[in-house]
Amino acid sequence: MTAVHAPLSGLLDVEAVRADFPILSRTVRGGNRLVYLDSGATSQKPLSVLDAEREFYTRHNAAVHRGAHLLAEEATDAYEEARATIAALIGAETRELVFTKNATEALNLVSYSFSNATAKAQHGRALPAGAERFVLAPGDEIVVTEMEHHANLVPWQEVCDKTGAVLRWIGVDEHGRLDLDHPEHGLDAVLGERTKVVALTHQSNVLGTVTPVRRVADAAHAVGALVVVDACQSVPHMPVDLEALGADYLAFSGHKMLGPSGIGVLWGRYSLLESMPPFLTGGSMIEVVRMEGSTFAPPPQRFEAGVPMAAQAVGLGAAVDYLQALRSADDTLTGMAAVAAHEHALTAYALESLAEVPGVRVVGPADTESRGSAVSFVVDGIHAHDVGQVLDDRGVEVRVGHHCAWPLHRRFGVAATTRATFYVYNDRRDIDDLVAAVRHAQSFFGVA
Amino acid sequence: MNLESLYQEIILDHYKHPRGRGLREPFAAEVHHVNPTCGDELTLRVQLDGDTVTDISYDGQGCSISQASASVLFEQLVGESVSNGLATTDAFLALMQGRGQVVPDEDVLGDAVAFAGVAKYPARVKCALLGWMAWKDAVSQAVAAESPEVAP
Repeated sequence: MTAVHAPLSGLLDVEAVRADFPILSRTVRGGNRLVYLDSGATSQKPLSVLDAEREFYTRHNAAVHRGAHLLAEEATDAYEEARATIAALIGAETRELVFTKNATEALNLVSYSFSNATAKAQHGRALPAGAERFVLAPGDEIVVTEMEHHANLVPWQEVCDKTGAVLRWIGVDEHGRLDLDHPEHGLDAVLGERTKVVALTHQSNVLGTVTPVRRVADAAHAVGALVVVDACQSVPHMPVDLEALGADYLAFSGHKMLGPSGIGVLWGRYSLLESMPPFLTGGSMIEVVRMEGSTFAPPPQRFEAGVPMAAQAVGLGAAVDYLQALRSADDTLTGMAAVAAHEHALTAYALESLAEVPGVRVVGPADTESRGSAVSFVVDGIHAHDVGQVLDDRGVEVRVGHHCAWPLHRRFGVAATTRATFYVYNDRRDIDDLVAAVRHAQSFFGVA
Repeated sequence: MNLESLYQEIILDHYKHPRGRGLREPFAAEVHHVNPTCGDELTLRVQLDGDTVTDISYDGQGCSISQASASVLFEQLVGESVSNGLATTDAFLALMQGRGQVVPDEDVLGDAVAFAGVAKYPARVKCALLGWMAWKDAVSQAVAAESPEVAP
């Protein structure tokens, strides 16, 4: 393997990027260079994000949306500016963006709208105008896909258990693509007049597959269903244009896109957010409270009960600024387009490099067409846990297991995979180290 | 800490040549345990003759640590009394949860001392314990089935 690589068009200046991430210069497990290939689980944070949080706490800290003093004003402004920055990233209206603790909570917020509206309707209790579309009857159908992360699967199973709705799913073909034309598990077979929700990932956290959300959304809308998109692996990695996507809801996490943990985002069409009953309730989300009952604030406040995570929101705003300021080394691309091009080149290199290792099989698309940078693989004769242990011993940090997508692993007949994910601070040297460590695992366990 | 001290020869040998693997009849109790973080699973059966463990049969899939651990469990506990088996289990549990600070007693643990290195990798402790927790569950069910009196 050569150590020197010819420059590729569209790559980021990784040395400059890495200088912004102090954690990447530490060593691990006996002095090894840290090769961090687990950004799909959580990304590392640049200094500018840490500085933004520190600046908030050292200069402006107060409870947001409460009190009339100067600090409360500054804290509220900082929180709302972060909302505007993040909304602009995906082309959303600011008032359509709800802060949650993570994407899982964002997806639960939507799923609970259905079970809560259904329960209230059954008891004849007040609901916002337009809430009928969230009321489910036994036999109504919720559609997911077989490649969902548990966060976009289990909440819908729960809704079904609470309302009598039926869960159906779109299958996955052997290449790791949604099997939209399959006679039994395809779009036409699964969607129907009882379909009320179609929930799908934009990019599989295991396979890397980018799904044709637009096509699914058009089919869902044609039968009157709402479309919920898990964008945890897309918003951090590529330009996402809400209008082109055609979704009704989009959920993503801050910590996977250089932001702090403890902050996630739900985007929803305003007319839908307005007609949803509340999820978590308490302070800040009310309009009028009396002992006999309460009315609720308009979105997004309706869905932000309690003192919010202001410093984390500010940190996520700084992360978005950081991503948007990135430029490819050859100055041809900026922002998320530069991020996507960089990862595309790394993914192609990783797929080529792993293909050269006998006994290694990638689970997911073998080409880079409509494919993001999650590369999961099995090594014949070695369990993923053991692969991960040998990689870790050499400083290569990957994810092993089912990556919270157990049914998908079952679909491919494997219990666990080893997953490498790439981000703005990774380069081809990291992939060389990954491949060398995989070969070492094979020799350690005597399978090559 | 290095790989060789984690993956001791004994462990790799049990992994590649598991003892007592495969589900057998008769059995007094059967359990199915999973490790939800990685999807490893194990079905384990226990057969008793009075106070003696006459068979532990198992099948499953998982990493080298979890599979080797089940194999060592079989070798250590079959033929022992239930109380000895549970004492060995307690010693193994203490070793695994000791974060590398517990000095293992080879007289009690036998080949299971080879797992001492696992205790330094918290993420792998659950792998090593999968079979032992399954056995503990199964034997308590088997003992309960043999003594039908319901506890007050």
